[in-house]
Amino acid sequence: MSISKKDVEHVALLARLALTEEEKVLYTEELNAVLGFMDTLNQLDTSEIEPTTHVLDIKNVFRDDEVAPSMDPSQVVINAPAKKGNQFRVPKIM
Amino acid sequence: MKFHEMTAHELSALMQQGQVSAEEITRDHIKHVEQVEPSVCSMVSKTESIALDRAKEIDQKRASGEVLSPLAGIPMGIKDNISTKGVRTTCSAKMLENYIPTYDAHVMEKLHEAGGVMLGKLNMDEFAMGSSTENSRFFTTKNPWDLSCVPGGSSGGPAACVSAGEVVFSLGSDTGGSIRQPASLCGLVGLKPTYGRVSRYGLIAFASSLDQIGPFTKDVEDAALVMETIAGYDRRDSTSADVAVPRYRDYLNQDIKGMRIGVPREYFAEGLEETTVSLVKQAIKKFEDLGAIVEEISMPYTAYALAVYYIIAPAECSSNLARFDGVRYGYRDETAEDIFSMYTKTRAEGFGHEVKKRIMLGTYALSSGYYDAYYKKAQQVRTLIKQDFDRAFETYDLLLTPTAIGPAFKFGEKSQDPLSMYLSDICTVTINLAGVPALSMPCGFVNGLPVGLQLVAAPFAEGTIFKAAHAYEQATEFHKKRPVLEV
Repeated sequence: MSISKKDVEHVALLARLALTEEEKVLYTEELNAVLGFMDTLNQLDTSEIEPTTHVLDIKNVFRDDEVAPSMDPSQVVINAPAKKGNQFRVPKIM
Repeated sequence: MKFHEMTAHELSALMQQGQVSAEEITRDHIKHVEQVEPSVCSMVSKTESIALDRAKEIDQKRASGEVLSPLAGIPMGIKDNISTKGVRTTCSAKMLENYIPTYDAHVMEKLHEAGGVMLGKLNMDEFAMGSSTENSRFFTTKNPWDLSCVPGGSSGGPAACVSAGEVVFSLGSDTGGSIRQPASLCGLVGLKPTYGRVSRYGLIAFASSLDQIGPFTKDVEDAALVMETIAGYDRRDSTSADVAVPRYRDYLNQDIKGMRIGVPREYFAEGLEETTVSLVKQAIKKFEDLGAIVEEISMPYTAYALAVYYIIAPAECSSNLARFDGVRYGYRDETAEDIFSMYTKTRAEGFGHEVKKRIMLGTYALSSGYYDAYYKKAQQVRTLIKQDFDRAFETYDLLLTPTAIGPAFKFGEKSQDPLSMYLSDICTVTINLAGVPALSMPCGFVNGLPVGLQLVAAPFAEGTIFKAAHAYEQATEFHKKRPVLEV
């Protein structure tokens, strides 16, 4: 499978990355090099193999639904690049 | 011997005998940091004043007769992707350059309880992606054995810092070899524990099904000590395993007669330097002399591990790093007028080239139409790789392999060619895919540069690793050698 500059633009959109024209060309080359290497996996027939979901035999982890203290809202927003009171401030959405 | 050349268990014994105080040891290390740090460059942030306060507290506790952990008063360094309350935690990334966590990682709570004295936060490849620490957005860290060489990565700072004697031990994280490879290149003991053995709570995630925190130490006994302290169940990490933590020091000074060690031939494939192969073979001979039964085995799916790793790790990274969007923490582009361009510009400027490449790779592998071909296929082959290990541990107590393909390389030597940098992880990535524990330790030198061997055990059999590693270490002298830094 080879990937085109158009594919790179689509993936960058999904990943929310603004790329320059030079980066689009560079990533097209680099991703093709790496993905070409991945194609070695197609030598293996895995139709009967279960995919790994977890390396250990851990089942669902449950806990009691108990009220416990959590982080203070003023601490939650303390690292925000922009805030108003205890809220995150962002550019306009609509 | 100078304090900064000593191990934690040696310094702890001196403190218990009243020969030296934690404050004196801390001051000695701070002075040594001032001397060597300008050439080694391992620290992103220094925390001397907090360290001195902690050391004085430890001395008071000891004076009042309190029984203290062997790590009490021992200077340590922490990789800069492990959250430290009130101390900047950057991941060596522009994205988190000014991020100050409001809570401690689980391992930090454990180390504080034990009385460890943190001297600084340590450099790494940006978000732990790289094998040479050249991807740090701040500066490159030098290998103390040869300042023109890389210290390995991504935990290059934690490795160089201990090797240079700036701290006694450090913590790193290992997703595909990021503890073991730099340990090998810097002549240290480095352990990647079993997946789930150490809580990842507070570790800034790279690839959640592969990441583990582990120690860098000057010898095996120190590694056992640190593991006793940081291992164990934590309800805040749902993948942390509720399995009792043994007293790992009980595995030291044991006989390894009759221990069965498998040497998988696939780990001696093309690309491995001959000098490394010959040192590892000498080590195998030493294990046989100590009474171990060593046999060559085959793990046929090893050849596919790199391809599997470079699908799964980027896929998980693309998901984990989606949280860096300029809203809750970290860098934000201030010029954007709408939310969408704020996201895309923030991420374009906040992330470096390698991180963006892996986000792109991972997003592609998970995207509609390609998920089955890449991600699902990789997880299926991962099952086959894990079965290789299950089969091996039916017969063998341990596996022995090289850690890295050669000793430390020069700056720029591999960073030009992305695939050759990826290929250098060939001996380590399989271990993370299978979730098993593995330790790297020195087994010789090539032109004055250290070379490591890797010991691998079944899940939760870290004790078996310590037993064999300690027996080998006590029969050799490599761990006693320290780099000579001209200051």
